[in-house]
This record gives sequence, C-alpha cells and structure tokens, in this order.
Amino acid sequence: MSNLAIKVDDVAKLYRLGVKEQTNEHLGGAIAGFLKSPLKNYRKYRSLYRFDDVLARDKDDTRVTEDVLWALNGVSFEIEPGEVVGIIGTNGAGKSTLLKVLARITPPTRGRVEIYGRVSSLLEVGTGFHPELTGRENVYLNGTILGMRKREIDRKFDEIIDFSGVEKFLDTPVKRYSSGMRVRLAFAVAAHLEPEILIIDEVLAVGDAEFQKKCLNKMQDVGQEGRTVLFVSHNMPAVTRLCPRVIMLDGGKLLRDGPVDEVVSAYLHAGRGTSAIREWKDPQQAPGSDAVRLRSVRVKSEQGEIKEGVDIRKPVGLEMEFEVLQGGHQLMPYYTLFDEHGIIIFSSIDQDAEWRNRERPLGRFISTAWIPGNLLTEGSYYVRATMRTLDRKMRHFDEREVVAFTVIDAFEGDSVRGDWVGRMEGVIRPMLQWETRYLPASAPAETAAS
Amino acid sequence: MSSTPDRHTARTVITAPSGWVPIDFRELLAYRDLFGFLVWRDIKVLYAQTVMGFAWAILNPLIQIIIFSIIFGKVANLDTDGIPYVLFSTVAIIPWTYMSESMSTSSQSLVTGQTMLGKVYFPRIIFPLTPILAKLVDFSISLVLLIGVLIFYQIAPTWNLLYLPLLVLLMMAVPAGAGLWLSALAIRFRDVKFAMPFVIRMLIYSAPILYTASSIPEQYRLLYSLNPIVAVIEGYRACLLGLPMPWEYIFPGALVALVLFLSGAYYFRKMERVFVDVI
Repeated sequence: MSNLAIKVDDVAKLYRLGVKEQTNEHLGGAIAGFLKSPLKNYRKYRSLYRFDDVLARDKDDTRVTEDVLWALNGVSFEIEPGEVVGIIGTNGAGKSTLLKVLARITPPTRGRVEIYGRVSSLLEVGTGFHPELTGRENVYLNGTILGMRKREIDRKFDEIIDFSGVEKFLDTPVKRYSSGMRVRLAFAVAAHLEPEILIIDEVLAVGDAEFQKKCLNKMQDVGQEGRTVLFVSHNMPAVTRLCPRVIMLDGGKLLRDGPVDEVVSAYLHAGRGTSAIREWKDPQQAPGSDAVRLRSVRVKSEQGEIKEGVDIRKPVGLEMEFEVLQGGHQLMPYYTLFDEHGIIIFSSIDQDAEWRNRERPLGRFISTAWIPGNLLTEGSYYVRATMRTLDRKMRHFDEREVVAFTVIDAFEGDSVRGDWVGRMEGVIRPMLQWETRYLPASAPAETAAS
Repeated sequence: MSSTPDRHTARTVITAPSGWVPIDFRELLAYRDLFGFLVWRDIKVLYAQTVMGFAWAILNPLIQIIIFSIIFGKVANLDTDGIPYVLFSTVAIIPWTYMSESMSTSSQSLVTGQTMLGKVYFPRIIFPLTPILAKLVDFSISLVLLIGVLIFYQIAPTWNLLYLPLLVLLMMAVPAGAGLWLSALAIRFRDVKFAMPFVIRMLIYSAPILYTASSIPEQYRLLYSLNPIVAVIEGYRACLLGLPMPWEYIFPGALVALVLFLSGAYYFRKMERVFVDVI
C-alpha cells in the first residue's frame, strides 16, 4: 500500500481549436470545395483526438501551433491520504481540465495519474436526473451513477431525504419540482457519498444561501473524517476555509503549491484585472441618456492599479467616468454594492461638496468612491452604477453588475481575523476598537469596592 | 484512458490512450446496479404520459402486420409456402420490431446521453447495451399478440420451442453488435443519425420477413445466410411453427453476429476514451 492518495505525474492535455473555414471566391472553387468536404470533415473530426503531428515535434520547437491548446502542460503533484486540497486559478487556467482528467472523463494526452482508493467525482449535482421519474427513483438512479451500490443507498435513504428536506414530494415526478428542490435533492445524494477520495467542482455555487451554508458544513465534516478531498473553486472564502493546502494553476501550468495563506496571497498579488474594469469605447453603445453617458467603471487600489482581487485591509476605489452631453442637469453618481448572494451591502451617493446642488457643465467627470479597508468581509462583490437626479424616478443610466471584485483575507495576522484561521461569520468585517481592562486576581477586595 | 482498478489497493491508473483494450468485466460487474437502474429508467420513462402506455408495444407490430398482410398477402399475393400470410408475417415482425427498435435506440444512446458522459465516469459500454435489455419488455408484451395469432391458427407447440432461448440470445446479439459499432461512430459522425431510419427501412427487405427465404435463388443462398437477421427470422418461424430448424442459416448467422459483437466491443473500447473530446 502506498502512502499516497493521488499522484499526478507530468500530465498534459491538448485540445484542438477550431480552424478557420476556407472560403472560396469563385463558383468553381466552391463546387470543388463542396465535393471535397466529406473528406475534409472526416480529417477534421479525426484530428480532434489525434495529436501525432503535434507530439512528434520537438519539445523546444517554437513553431506556432496555431490550432492546438495545451489546457494542461506538465502538471505534477502528490496528495497524501486525508489532505484537503483546493485548486484555484482564473478562467482557462486548466482547473476543469485537470478535474476531468482525475475524474476519468477525458484522458490525458501525456503523463500518468495514479489514484489509491475509491474515488467519487462531483462535477455537477444531479447528473442523470430524469424529469419523468419521482424523487425517490432519482435518488437511486443518481446514487448509482455517482458510484454507490443499491444496498448503500437503501441504508442511507432516510438520511438523504432528511438532508434534502423534500420528503413530502418523494413520489412526485421531479419535473414538477422547483429548481431549488431539485438541487437540494441532488446535493443530498452527493453529500452522502462515502468515497476515500472526493473530487469536487464548484457544485457549491447552487441553491440559496442557507443551503450553501449547509453544504459547506457538510464538506467540512467530510474533510475532518480523514478523507482526501480535492476542491476546485473560484469561491475564495470557501477555499480558504476548507483547504489547508492550495494548488494554483495558470495557463495549464502549476504556478504554486503550498499552504493556503501563501498561495492565496500570491493570488492576491497576481492582481488580475478581468472583470474589475468595464469600458465603452463607442459612445453610441455606452449606456446613458441624451444628457449623460457612462464611459467606464473601474475597481482601483490606492496606487491606481485596476484590481480584481483586493486585500481586505486596503481601501478600494470605485471609479466611474461619465460624459455630460447636455448642460443644466444636477447629477448624482450612485453605487450599490451586492455580495455574491445578491444581498445589498450598501448604497452610496456622491458626497463631493463641490458638485452638490450644482448643474454640471459639458465635459467628462471621473467620480471615485473609496470603500475603507477592514470593512467588507471576504468574498466577491458586484457593483451597480447608477446616475440619479433629485427626481426619484429619473435615472440617466443604471448598470447592474457592471464591475466585480473579490476581497481576500491574506492571513497575515494584521487583518480583523488576527491569528484566527477558522470561519468568521457576518456580512461585513469591520475593524473594531477593542479595549481590555485587566483586574489582577490578587486584589479581590478592590474589585468588590469598585 | 486505460484505467485498471486493482482489487487489493483499489488503485486506478490513468494514462494516455494507446492501442486496444478488452472489455473489463470486473468493472462492469461493479457497476451492475447502475446498469440495472438505467434499464429500468428506460422502461419506466418510455411510455410516460401516454394514454395507451404499454399497449403501444402491441399496437406498433399489430398495425404493421395488418398493412403488410393486406399489401403483400392480399394485393401482391406473395407465395408463403402454404402458411397463412398473417401467421407468416407475425412470427417475423415481432422479433424484427425488437431488433430494429433496439438497434436504432442503441446507436443513438451516446449522443442522447452525452451530457452525462462529460460529467461522470462509468463504463461507457453500459449506454449502448441498455436498450438491448430495456426493449425486451416491449418484446415480451408483444408476445401476447404472437400467442393470440398462434392460437387463432391452432398451431400446436412442438419440441422446436426448446430452441427459443437460443434464438432470443441471437436476436439480442445482432442489435448489440450493431449498436456498439454505430453508437461509437455516431458520437463522432452525426451522419449515423440521418442514415439510421433509412437503413432500418431497407433492412426489413434484407431478411425473409415479408417474403420466404426459399424464394432466394440457390446460388445466392450462402451470401444470404451471412445476414444474421435471416438466421433470427427463419429460426423464429421454424421454432414457432414447428418447421425443420434452418441450421444452414442459423450457424453462419450466429457466427457473423458473434464477430459483429466482439469487433463492436473492441472498437467501442478503443473509442470510448476520446468520446468526450469529440462530442
């Protein structure tokens, strides 16, 4: 018996990208192309899984491989039994591909994976649910699809139904369920898998907030039972809470592998600006009215960098650039901040005294609202940018989810959490002033007197 | 992906695909509950929200028998070696209905279930084999029609009936082999979907379903016997009507069916590892 749970050795995965169709300018060429197309199509479909041409090339060959993509390239790591490991990375980093290789859904193009123990992989909840079957029947079907035996499901059936909270609808076809109920039932089945190794994708991004909490707790239990868990997610707070070790992928390569605080701060300092900025280059396309148009919204650090991942301790600036096209309006830039569950954290109106109760002249304005550090809790936030006037019904523009950012707690000891690494609850995480008075035990009389 | 779960340490090795892999019967055995539930799902869902329900399993062949009996029996007046045309066609159309339906469902099984392929691992071979078992329910129900016709024409059972289980096996092997080949091809080339209805309609003329095997000229008989559907149809007819068993069709047909099934299984195993990448 090996002392490893998972061994990933130099795994690579190639995908073939779509190649641009050849177009013909002349009728003759078009007819010839049409006649040749079955052969061309055959070659195209065959090339989807054959990479002899690419693999035969030298590793150092710098020729541009225009039509292939290395979704994974030389990834190696080892996981010991009982470890809970998070895998993070931006979109396209290779997280999902790695997961699919480990779950045996797609083979690697190169390399080798060894897994020791019974594996269950959860890439989505409710795989194989059939709308015509009842809740009870789907529990059995879904359970066996996930690798459970019928006996095992018989034994856990009551527990599964309890967890899902849909006992009243057990004999109703699933097509009559609300989507929330379906998800609950599906997750309940998944939560009762008892593999030695559990590979999970972002299945937690489903259901309402209360149910998500239940799921996170359940996952924490799984980790504490000594099972090996591999957790792939964008949800930073969930990763930091659940996984002591984190692997970060970027562009198909393993960028970092280490304790959660190290990797998460690396992620933080990597400063990716994907959805932290939104610009409208063409004024005709920009949202707005005849009087004012929104030109861009940005999430900025104190240093003026555009940042998607922001340090929990540092202020964040929400910057809105708009163009006034028609004079004579009093304008009130207005932000609403939502968390990932859609809860409004706050709204804020431009406080700049210089422009209050004053008509704006033609030209461009840049308004920035600063959210202080040590106020928001960990997680992702979505900004809604609105241009109001004193007339309550009038909005020149109103853009939901115009930009987003993620607040990350880097675990460096000087944030609100101090040295605590466990869960912290609450919608906000303000830095409060704490006072401690110490009354030495040697002077009981004095205490009584005061 | 060659994945070999080792019994002692439950070790799974995942590597790049290479070469041919035989069917992993031990793994298939471990997934027998899933196989069972998928078969049962197909049965349960097939006639969901229909008024007629399982009566469709009888209506479908019944209507075919009526039409064929009128056109080929009455209008064209085909010679059937003295057997009443309704009886002649019923014993053939019932197994043919099973074979054609399970073959077309099996060939589309991977395309229909493609979302599941991309989300979870299980032995893929379960998919094309599920309809082979699920359609047996329809077949069993349609036997009621067959028995009714046999009683109407006062056909007494003979010892030939003992060959029936063998013929049922052969009848399942043909669509299973075809289904393995076609489902693996269909996921790469959707042409299969368009070709199937046409091919099935043509196949009915490739076997002695509407006409007698004896009307095939002597010199083509050997070639004709290589069609396993001929073996099944002629076998059923002899077995149910107490005619001499047509071994000259059954042996070659069974051999071809076996080759079709084994080659289908190997081709399927070779291709299954790349299914998800070519969907």
